[in-house]
Formats: sequence, structure tokens, C-alpha cells
Amino acid sequence: MQSLTKKDFLLLLVVAFLTMAAPIILNPFPAGSGLAQFNAGYPDLMQRFVIFGIFAIGFNILFGLTGYLSFGHAAFLGVGSYSAVWMMKLLSMNVIPAILLSVIVAGLFSVVIGFVSLRRSGIYFSILTLAFAQMSFNLAYSVLTPITNGETGLQISLSDPRILDGANAPSYPNLFGAQMNAATTLDFGAWSFTFSVGYYLCAVIMLLAFYISIRVFRSPFGMMLRAVKSNQQRMNYTGLNTKPYTLAAFVISGMYAGLAGGLLAAMDPLAGAERMQWTASGEVVLMTILGGAGTLLGPVLGAGFIKYFENIFSKINDNVLHGWFSFMPDGLEDMLIAVIHPFVGKGWHLTLGLLFMLVVIFLPGGLVEGGQRIGRVFRRKDRNAGSVEADAAAQRNTPPAE
Amino acid sequence: MDAILLQLLNGLDKGSAYALIALGLTLIFGTLGVVNFAHGALFMIGAFCAVTLSKIFTLSHKASEPSGVDFLGKPKYDDILYIKDWFGETAGAWMLDWSVPLSILFAVPIMLAVGFVMERGLIKHFYKRPHADQILVTFGLAIVLQEVIKYFYGANPIPTSAPEAFRGSFDFGVMLGFDPNAIIYPYWRLIYFAFSALIIGGVFAFLQFTTFGMVVRAGMADRETVGLLGINIDKRFTIMFGIAAAVAGLAGVMYAPINSPNYHMGMDFLVLSFVVVVVGGMGSLPGAVLAGFLLGVLESFASMNEVKNILPGIDQIIIYVVAILILLTRPRGLMGRKGVMEE
Repeated sequence: MQSLTKKDFLLLLVVAFLTMAAPIILNPFPAGSGLAQFNAGYPDLMQRFVIFGIFAIGFNILFGLTGYLSFGHAAFLGVGSYSAVWMMKLLSMNVIPAILLSVIVAGLFSVVIGFVSLRRSGIYFSILTLAFAQMSFNLAYSVLTPITNGETGLQISLSDPRILDGANAPSYPNLFGAQMNAATTLDFGAWSFTFSVGYYLCAVIMLLAFYISIRVFRSPFGMMLRAVKSNQQRMNYTGLNTKPYTLAAFVISGMYAGLAGGLLAAMDPLAGAERMQWTASGEVVLMTILGGAGTLLGPVLGAGFIKYFENIFSKINDNVLHGWFSFMPDGLEDMLIAVIHPFVGKGWHLTLGLLFMLVVIFLPGGLVEGGQRIGRVFRRKDRNAGSVEADAAAQRNTPPAE
Repeated sequence: MDAILLQLLNGLDKGSAYALIALGLTLIFGTLGVVNFAHGALFMIGAFCAVTLSKIFTLSHKASEPSGVDFLGKPKYDDILYIKDWFGETAGAWMLDWSVPLSILFAVPIMLAVGFVMERGLIKHFYKRPHADQILVTFGLAIVLQEVIKYFYGANPIPTSAPEAFRGSFDFGVMLGFDPNAIIYPYWRLIYFAFSALIIGGVFAFLQFTTFGMVVRAGMADRETVGLLGINIDKRFTIMFGIAAAVAGLAGVMYAPINSPNYHMGMDFLVLSFVVVVVGGMGSLPGAVLAGFLLGVLESFASMNEVKNILPGIDQIIIYVVAILILLTRPRGLMGRKGVMEE
């Protein structure tokens, strides 16, 4: 970590603290209270936060740095899941080989797709990646059924060979014996916090992924990718072949997606083709944009934000709403609920779509830019300062290059 | 031979839908330079116009006089459709039967209005933004439109039937001297093909033979110069956006009897239509139409058993394979012009 700047190191520390303490931080409301439904500190959801965080971090290395908008990244996630489940079927229920293989296979897959797709740029690139992903999805559903088990999805079963596992090896996904969904629950008064093995495995891997992404962002390689984004033609005219750089970025982000897919399978040994559908690719685009493309923290924020609200909003139904607004006069209460009703519960996607449009229209830099703007409001004083001070303030307030 | 002809016919109706959507997409792209990911949603809204009109036609009230007794011995009141009240028994029945073709009249103003609102309210602000932003905001809009439709109409497909007269199939083979029952083809699909040919022809004629069309074509070639000549090109482009929306909507209206409308049909078609547009060449109207029919027919050929036996699964991926091959060998698509989308 020597080569990180102080600021980046601080950022990494903050993220590390937040992920490690997440089971506590995300459970601010006492269990059993009316607000407990806003708690997000249970393993299943937290695992999704960090896994999709990994997915979005990887996507951001491609989209945020090079500006190539891929609409087919879910294919790598799906491939990762399938290979992880196959490892658990053939070798061992230990998650290490499964995760390793998912990264490798997704990497190889992305070399092939990237090599072909990166011959074009702009919307053609988007369409090519979309076409490859839809092809994989359709094949996984039809011809490749012996490998993917078609619509049912690939599952583990007791009759699988598992040649590395001994006779009494555990029959659940584990890390050298530690069961993935094993959890300890600690009670502090009314609060209860669940610490699960699976979550901490994912969290550690995500921190690693985050660290690598910081290094990529700050490296000469990352600088080259940004140069490709701002003016690829110019790079070509200076006699530089940009293809190896963009391909490397594509493969790195494909491997991140494969890692996320492998982790999904490691948490719940099941892989289905719907993970590869283009709506899933769209989701990771949403996460990255919502958080802030091209920023370090943005994708993680976006992934957490979307997964959290997906979970919370889809749980809110009319009864919950009646509970909240019961203090109002009846007519007003019913009216308000009628207005809110389409946006919650099953209508969560409507809220997501609206939110996404608002972000693209008003906040192209995503949540991170929103945070910076708010920060600037509090520093507005600087504008009224004298010229020398104003210059200094402008320098200080210029948003960092990330 | 007859099998090949049958597949050719089968490909035509899907190809017509692809061609119509791709035509609208290209119109928008060629005039406004905007990549509209919400175009599939417009197709879906068109289909739901047909659903809505047939729902309106089936609105009913209870008869005032009982027509008999039901099995519990209580007096039974028939449901009487409002349209039969208003237009008489036979005309009402006819209107109900012909609700899908009638929805064309109903859908055109709605789709034009949707198009105008979309362009003025949202797309206008995205001309100067990067293509990625346009894709993203229209993608968001597509989600919103889709969810709104889902909220009002539910998630299940809603069967909508063609008029009685066109409901059957006819034996195309006999007409051409093949064995009977060799080529059976539903009437409605033939109607759909004829209808889309009419629309495509209409759009081309409109662009080619009217002054308005000429100005629009001039604007597509060089927007700035047309603007300097004192022509309000923005207004005309907005109208073209409305027309493109109407084309997509009409494609949807007439497609309703072929495939029961559901809320995600737009997205299903959108992905393929984009592939069609890119294969045809961004910005080329004839290219979009050609590629639409070509891919539709190829898709239906690939689903022949003879082909599937040699290359299993080819029917699922043929369109994408063709798209990838064409994009790699002919970077501008079949008929794309130089300098479009090549920043």
C-alpha cells in the first residue's frame, strides 16, 4: 500500500471500515420495531451489496475510464456462475477453486468477445457486446442445456463426483470447512447483529477488488485509458495502438464480472441463464451511472443504493403505507396512498426508471457529483473572498481528476 | 421448394415488424442524431392502443329489462355494450369485430402526441449530450413507460383478435400449384405484411415527393445550412419524431393479433431492431428496411428442421451471428453512409 497517496489510502480505509462494520451500521433500528424493515444488515442482502459492488467496480474500469459502453457484461457474470457451480460439482465444495475458475473462464471469454467487439467503437461496440451477450443467453437456454441445464438452472446434487472431497466432506459451499451461510448473531439490548462467514468472504474480496481498482485508476495504464476516452483519434495519430489497452480494460472488467458471478454461486450454488439476460447488463450500467461513472467510489455506492432500495421498496405494500400515514385524516390518507402505491412494491422498477432518468438528466456525474455539489454549497463563502483568496479556493475546490 | 416458400412467408411478418421499428429508429437517428432506446416502448404502446380500444368497445351496462331467469331462479340481466346502444346492433358488432383496424385511427393521434411530448419534453435537451447519455436516458424512459403499462394492464399478455374475416388461414400452395396444405398461411400475417409495405412506401413517398420531406432530407444532410436559409428545421424534426413514433405505434397496433401484447414486448423487439438498424447501416432508411426483412427471413429459415439438424441452436442466434459478421466485414452496415456515428 506504499504507493497509494494519502487520500486514496484514506478512502480505502473508510471503505474497509464501512464494509467490515456493515452488519452493525446497516442495522440502526432495533429488531422488532416498526422501522426494522429498513434494516439492511442481514447476510443475504449485504452479500448482494458487495457482490454487485464488485461487478460495478469492474464495469467502471471499462466504462468509466475508456468510455466504451458495454451492454453485455452480464454474460461474464453468467459464465462465472456456471463455471463456479461446475467446479463445485466436479472438484470440491470448497469455494476457492470455484471462484478461481470463474475468474479464469470469464477472463478467457472476455478476451474472445473483447477482441472482436473492440474493433468498433461507439454505439457499434454497444450493439456488438449486446449481440454477444444475447447469443450466450439464448444458447444457454437452448443448445447448451447439457452444460447449463437450461431453464431449470444448474444445481449441485448429492450424486456429483467431487473428486477432491473426502467421504465426509461438507456438502455445502465452504471455505476450508467454514460454511458459507454460517452466522453468529449478537444481541445488544433490542438490537441484534448477524455476522456471516459468506458476507465477510465477499467483503474481503471486494476490498481487494477495490484496492486493485484504485491502483488501476492511478497507474499510467489508467491514464492511458482516460486518454482513449477523451480523444482516441489523437492517440492513434501519435502512432500508438490503443487496442491492447482497451482490450486489457475489457478483460479486467470481464474478470471482475466473472468474480462476482463466482461469488454469487458460492453463496448460493445455483446458476441460471437469466443472469445473462440483457436486463442484467442494463442493471450494472444503471448502478455505475447512478453512483458516478469514472469515480472510484461511485459504482460501489450505486450498487448498494440500487440493491437496498430494490429490497426495501419492493417490501412496502399498502398495509405498511396505512401504518405510516394513519395519523392523517382518512380521505387524505387514502389519497396519499393511492398516489404512492404505483411506485412501491411491485412498482419498484418504475421508481428506479424515474430515478435513473433524473440522475442522467440533472446529475450526469451520479451520486458522487451530487455529494460534491452539496459540499460546494457549504463552501460558498469562498466566492465572496478577495481575488487571491478566491484563486486559492478555486484551486482547492477543483474536483479531483477521478 | 414449398417448404422454402413457407419459411419465406413466415419471415415476412416478423421482418415487417423489424423493418417498421428500424425505420422509425433510423428516422429519429437520421434527423435528430439521437439514439432512441425507448422506441421499443413506443411499439408496445401502439399495441396497447389496440388493447385499449377493444376494452372501450366492450364497456357495457346492465339491461333494464330481465331477459330470463338464471339457474337460481333470479331474473337475469344481459350486459349491453355501449357501442351497440350508440351505433345500433349491427354497426356495434362490426366495430367490436374490427377493433384492431379501427385502432389505427385511434393510435395515430395518440402516438403523434406521445412523440411530440417525448421530443419536446426530454429528447430536446439531449442533442448536445454524448450518445451514451442519450442511450441511458431513453433506456430509463423505456423502463418507465413499460412499468406504467404494466401498472395499468397487468403483467399477463392480453389476447387481442383480428377481425373475423381475417381470422383463418388460407392455402397459399394451391394458388401456386403445390399440393394442398403444403403452404398454409394466416390471412392476418399477409395483411400485416401489406400494411407495413404500405407504411414504408408512404414514409418514403412523403420524404421524396413533398416539400416538407425535401426540407427534412436537406436537414438530414446539412442541418446548419438549412437553418441558415431561414427554415425552422427543429420544428420539422420534431414532427418527424412524431411520425417515427406513429410508425412504431402502428406497427404495434397491427402486431397485436399476431402476438398478444405484454408489457415487455417492446424491449424484446428493441434489441433486435437495434441490431437491424446497425446491420442496415446507421442513418440509412433503405438499409433499415432491407435489413429488417433480411433478418426476419433469415431467422425463419434458420428455424427449419433441416437447418437445425445440421447446426443445432442456430435459430436462436442467427440474427446476432449475421450482425457480428456484417459489422466486422462491412463496418458501416449494408447501406450506411460515410461519416455517420464515427466520431
